[in-house]
Amino acid sequence: MLAIRNLNVHYGGIHALRGIDIDVPDGKIISLIGANGAGKSTTLKSVMGLVAKSDGRVFWDDTEITSLRTKDIVAEGIILCPEGRRIFPDLTVDENIAAGAYLRKDKAEIARDREWVYNLFPRLSERTWQLGATLSGGEQQMLAVARALMSKPKLLMLDEPSLGLAPLVIKDIFNVIQKIREDGVNILLIEQNAKVALDISDYAYVMETGVITMAGPGKALLSDPRVQQAYLGE
Amino acid sequence: MDTSGSRQASRTYYLRKNIIMGLLHTWLPYILAGIAVGGQYALIAIGYTMVYGILRLINFAHGDVFMWSGLIMVYLVTVLPLWLSVILVIAFAIVLGTTIERVAYRPLRTAPRMSIMISAIGVSYLLQNFALYITGGLTKTYPSISWLQKTVKIGSATTKMVTLITPVLTIVLVFILVMLIKHTKIGMAMRAVSRDFETSSLMGIDINRVITVTFIIGCALASIGSILYFSNYTGINPMSGAMPGLKAFVAAVFGGIGSVPGAVVGAFVIGICENLIKGAGWTTFSDAFTFVLLIIILMVKPTGLFGEKNLDKV
Repeated sequence: MLAIRNLNVHYGGIHALRGIDIDVPDGKIISLIGANGAGKSTTLKSVMGLVAKSDGRVFWDDTEITSLRTKDIVAEGIILCPEGRRIFPDLTVDENIAAGAYLRKDKAEIARDREWVYNLFPRLSERTWQLGATLSGGEQQMLAVARALMSKPKLLMLDEPSLGLAPLVIKDIFNVIQKIREDGVNILLIEQNAKVALDISDYAYVMETGVITMAGPGKALLSDPRVQQAYLGE
Repeated sequence: MDTSGSRQASRTYYLRKNIIMGLLHTWLPYILAGIAVGGQYALIAIGYTMVYGILRLINFAHGDVFMWSGLIMVYLVTVLPLWLSVILVIAFAIVLGTTIERVAYRPLRTAPRMSIMISAIGVSYLLQNFALYITGGLTKTYPSISWLQKTVKIGSATTKMVTLITPVLTIVLVFILVMLIKHTKIGMAMRAVSRDFETSSLMGIDINRVITVTFIIGCALASIGSILYFSNYTGINPMSGAMPGLKAFVAAVFGGIGSVPGAVVGAFVIGICENLIKGAGWTTFSDAFTFVLLIIILMVKPTGLFGEKNLDKV
C-alpha cells in the first residue's frame, strides 16, 4: 500500500500542495477528483520524484520512497501513466510497449505481458508497426495504459485517462482499469470526470487548491450534495 | 548512307567519351578530396546533431574537443606507440566530452536554454585558451601516420590512402550507429528521451545515462575524425577546431539538425562543393560558400533536408 503523509510542494512560486494525506490500500481503486489546477497532477508527479517535495513523506509498504529517484521508484513497482497520454510519437506501438518494460530483464515474462496487454487492447495488436503519432486519441490512451502496465506495476497511477475521449472509448478504458484491479494491481486515479471515476472507486478524495476537502467511499461521495453541486453539475 | 550514319554515331560516342574522361581527369582529384573532407566533417557533425537531438543544445565546445583530440595525439605519439596513442586519444575525447556535459551542462538542464548555450560558448573559449597556454600558440606538427599517407592511384588521379579510408570508415561507422539507434535498447531510449524527458524518466529510463552515452558516441566519432582530418593537414594549433567545427555544424543544420543521416549527407555535400569550388580556382571563396549555404537554408528551409517538422517539444 501507498501512504502519502503531509505532502507539501512549492511549485513555480506558489504553495501548490499544503499537507496532503492519501492512502492507497492493496486491491482498491482510489480516485482523486477536483477542478483543474487543484494540485492533482502535482501530487502524482511529486510521488514519482518528478516534482520536488518541500515537506512530507511517502511510504510504499514499509519502504520510504520520499527521496528516491524516479527510476528507482519505477523499479519499486509504481508507475504513472501521464496526463495527455504522452506516447513517444516516433516510436512504433511495439517500441512504446517495450519502453514500458525498460527496467525489466526477464525476457520470457516480458513476452508474456506483451501478449497480456495486447489481449486487453486488441486494437493495438493490429497496429504494432504503426508509429505512435499516427494513432487516434483513444488508441493512444490505450497504448499509454498498456505501456504503463508493461512495467508490471503493483501500483498504477492514471492521470486523466478520459481526457478528450469519446464516451464509448472512456467506457472501454474504465472496463480495462477494473479488469487490471482484479489482476491485483492497485490503482490511483485522477479525474476531472468525477462521475465515471466515483462510479468505480472504492474510496475517493476531493481536492481543492492544494488541500483535501472531502474523502469517503466512491458511492457515498456520488450522492453527497456538495460533490454533486461542485463536480457533477447537478 | 547507313554506314556513314553509324560512323557518325561512333564518332560522337568517342568524342563524348573523351570529353567525359577529360572532365574526370581534371575533376576527379577534387571530387575525391571532397568526399574525404566530407567524411571528416560527417564524423564531427554527428556529435552536434545527436546532442542537439537530445538536449536541444548546440554544443559549441564540440569543435574544440576535436581540436584537443588532435593536440593530445601530437603529445602522445612522442612517447607511446601509434596504436596505443589512437586508443588513448579516443578515450581522452570521451572523458573530456562527458566531463564537459557533467560540469557545464547538467547543472543547467532546467535553466533557460540560453544559459546552457552561453555555458557552451564559455567552455569552447576555455578549451581554446587552455590549448593556447599549453602550446604557446605555436602550430604543432601532427604526426604522420605512414599508412594513411601512402599514395594510391585511382584512375588518372593520385591520392593519399586517407582519402580512400575516410569515406569507407565514415559510412561503416554511420551504419553501425544507425543500427544502434534503431535496434538496441539504449537506441530506443535515446529516441524516447529526444522526444520527451519527463515521460522517459517515468518509464524508468535513466536520462543522465542516455545523455552520457550520446556524448560518448559524439566525442569518439569526433576524435576518429580528428585523426583522419589532421593526417591530411599536418599542422595543428588552438584554432584548428573552429573552422571544421563550424562547417560540421552547418552540415548538421543543412541536413536537418537532430537527424544523423541528414548530418552525414550535409557533410558530404559541403565537403564536395568546397573542393569543386577550389578546383574551379575560387579557393578564396570555398569557406564563404559554406556560410552562404547556411544563410540560404535558414531562409528557405530552416528545418533542413531531413529535419523534424516540429522542433519544439509538445
